[in-house]
Amino acid sequence: MTKPTTSSGPLRLVGLTRHFDDFVAVAGIDLEVPAGSFFALLGPSGCGKTTTLRMVAGLEEPTAGRIYLGDEDITATRAYQRRVNTVFQSYALFPHLSVLDNVGFGLRQLKVADWKQRSMEALELVQLADRSRQRPRQLSGGMQQRVALARAIVNRPEVLLLDEPLGALDLKLRREMQIELKRIQQEVGITFIHVTHDQEEAMTMADTVAVMNAGHLEQVGEPAALYDRPATAYVASFLGQSNLLPLEGFSDPGGEFVTAHAHGNGLVVERAQLPKGMPLDGGFAEGAPSVHLGIRPEKLRILSPDEAPSANRLGGTVTDASFTGVATTYLVAMPWGQELTVTRPNDGSLRARPGDAVVLGWDPHQSFVVSEAL
Amino acid sequence: MAFAHPIGGVRPVRSSRRRGYFVPVLLLTPAMLWLTVFFVVPTISLASQSLQTGDIDNGYTLTWNFQTYADALARYWSHFLRSFGYAATATVGTLLLGYPLAWFIAHRSGKYKNALLVLVVAPFFTNFLIRTLAWQIILTDTGPVTGFFRATGLTSVLQAVGLTNNDTLLFSPFAVVSGLVYNFLPFMVLPLYASLERLDTRLLDAAGDLYANGWHTFWRVIWPLSLPGVVSGTLLTFIPAAGDYINSKLLGNTQTVMIGQVIDAQFLRVLDYPTAAALSFILMITIIILVGVYVRIAGTEELV
Ligand SMILES: Nc1ncnc2c1ncn2[C@@H]1O[C@H](COP(=O)(O)OP(=O)(O)OP(=O)(O)O)[C@@H](O)[C@H]1O
Ligand SMILES: [Mg+2]
Repeated sequence: MTKPTTSSGPLRLVGLTRHFDDFVAVAGIDLEVPAGSFFALLGPSGCGKTTTLRMVAGLEEPTAGRIYLGDEDITATRAYQRRVNTVFQSYALFPHLSVLDNVGFGLRQLKVADWKQRSMEALELVQLADRSRQRPRQLSGGMQQRVALARAIVNRPEVLLLDEPLGALDLKLRREMQIELKRIQQEVGITFIHVTHDQEEAMTMADTVAVMNAGHLEQVGEPAALYDRPATAYVASFLGQSNLLPLEGFSDPGGEFVTAHAHGNGLVVERAQLPKGMPLDGGFAEGAPSVHLGIRPEKLRILSPDEAPSANRLGGTVTDASFTGVATTYLVAMPWGQELTVTRPNDGSLRARPGDAVVLGWDPHQSFVVSEAL
Repeated sequence: MAFAHPIGGVRPVRSSRRRGYFVPVLLLTPAMLWLTVFFVVPTISLASQSLQTGDIDNGYTLTWNFQTYADALARYWSHFLRSFGYAATATVGTLLLGYPLAWFIAHRSGKYKNALLVLVVAPFFTNFLIRTLAWQIILTDTGPVTGFFRATGLTSVLQAVGLTNNDTLLFSPFAVVSGLVYNFLPFMVLPLYASLERLDTRLLDAAGDLYANGWHTFWRVIWPLSLPGVVSGTLLTFIPAAGDYINSKLLGNTQTVMIGQVIDAQFLRVLDYPTAAALSFILMITIIILVGVYVRIAGTEELV
């Protein structure tokens, strides 16, 4: 290779912005992706994921902001000068070249002598070695996607950008490729930036997940942190289901916990979870951003009468119970009309039926607080 | 296939088979009749004419006189060579001018695309002869084009490579080739446009991403994907240009006579029909062979 393949450092985005005429596709992203990490970029359709990747690849010019790879500012360099490869959302395989020539395209540009052998190895990795002589259009969508993957990985770039690389695969192959991708990433130590719609995929594969929304980053962190302690209601609802109870205010009894007030109920909340500057002297000021207490459905328990009293208790009526095999999902209506979702494992514990009056409880360490204008 | 599964019911297979042949045959009939009347019959009569002896006053008889071919070739081989040389040069010229133009129209013209396409074919609204005559004015000795070529020293360059004889442009090989390039440019641009327009520009992103700079992207992605357009464009230019006689007549001199001009003269002025017919036949066969070799080399059947 013309340049060393070892990662030279983290990828840093500073105020990265892209406008299309008046439309702001990417609105000032600040991000540092450590070298050799598996980074997932998660977000709804149209939030600017592809645009961000294209700027990192050098295919789209940022309207503002800088991109650093290690110590080097690569903002002004051209795509072909960056040791960055992309698995395109649309595959973008060359229709006039065989599968092997597609995979070998980058290595031949880099004047790698044994491009053929390395390309075959990459094709073996994606289980397509027997298709090397065929043209892309003779392959199924999932096969084409794997060729695109092989074509990018084979170059061993410093950063590999994967734009929904597993979108066209069936579930089984998808799981296999997820494991394979993770293995490759750990073996070769390339920085992976993996764009996906699939929150489960993001959380199982990535060291770090960033949730993107309407051109900006909502939250960046480890999967478990994002799931257990989402910073915004958006992140909470994007990563799985959650019950959000609107709060009216806090009071401070002192100690590890504070009391949150919701519809006349005093709920115990960990002090450490409160957003900074949250007033603890009763109700919120007029026009202040709304504050919610969030509890994941699987963290809610249906309390049996003989159970030790829980710190948090909310009474309600079961309106629906759906059995899903490993678990049962209940809808429990609160006196103020809100329905909470409760997921209980089918482990022989108490089962409720629609119409039953139940009491819900949860561990105060398992809830979270989000504050924002919803 | 119909007999492979005798139990599967021969009837429906048959009826679909009959319908499968009838409609295409019906649709092809007018074209076949047309080709028979206006191509096969004239070609046979031309072939027979070329093998006849006699003269215009006493009539011709078919004597299988192949000597006409030998004589025609011996006398006019240089005209053939010149024609193919000019046609090839003009084809390269139209390709060099037409390729960037077609790319621009296909991918860079935005809302002006249709207007530009109309402009490409606009010369066809004027008569071929008039358009070519206009080049006499364009290349005239006192005109700005000649003035520019003289000022920049390009006239001496042209003279050095034998495209002109002195420091004028008109009535020279250069003028003939220029006329050919001008007249056949649309035949090059339109097929090129058609295949470049189809090209998925995301492939260019992919090439850039895979370390190909602009030049390599062109040679490894754009050019091979545009080959069908290049092949049809060059054929549509080369074939008529090789047989053209207007440009050499109006813009050339006695040293630039092309084979089309010779055939024209043999048919209409010398009235030596067998020689004219033989020359036409040689031209046709040569073009068919050249095209066959060319298409084989370009390997169009392997393309997308
Ligand atoms: N070339 C362009 N011209 C104009 N608008 C564009 C262009 N490319 C993207 N956009 C707009 O930018 C926004 C973000 O697009 P982008 O492709 O980055 O979304 P995405 O997050 O990748 O979505 P998806 O998950 O559907 O692929 C979209 O609203 C899109 O319409
Ligand atoms: Mg996208």
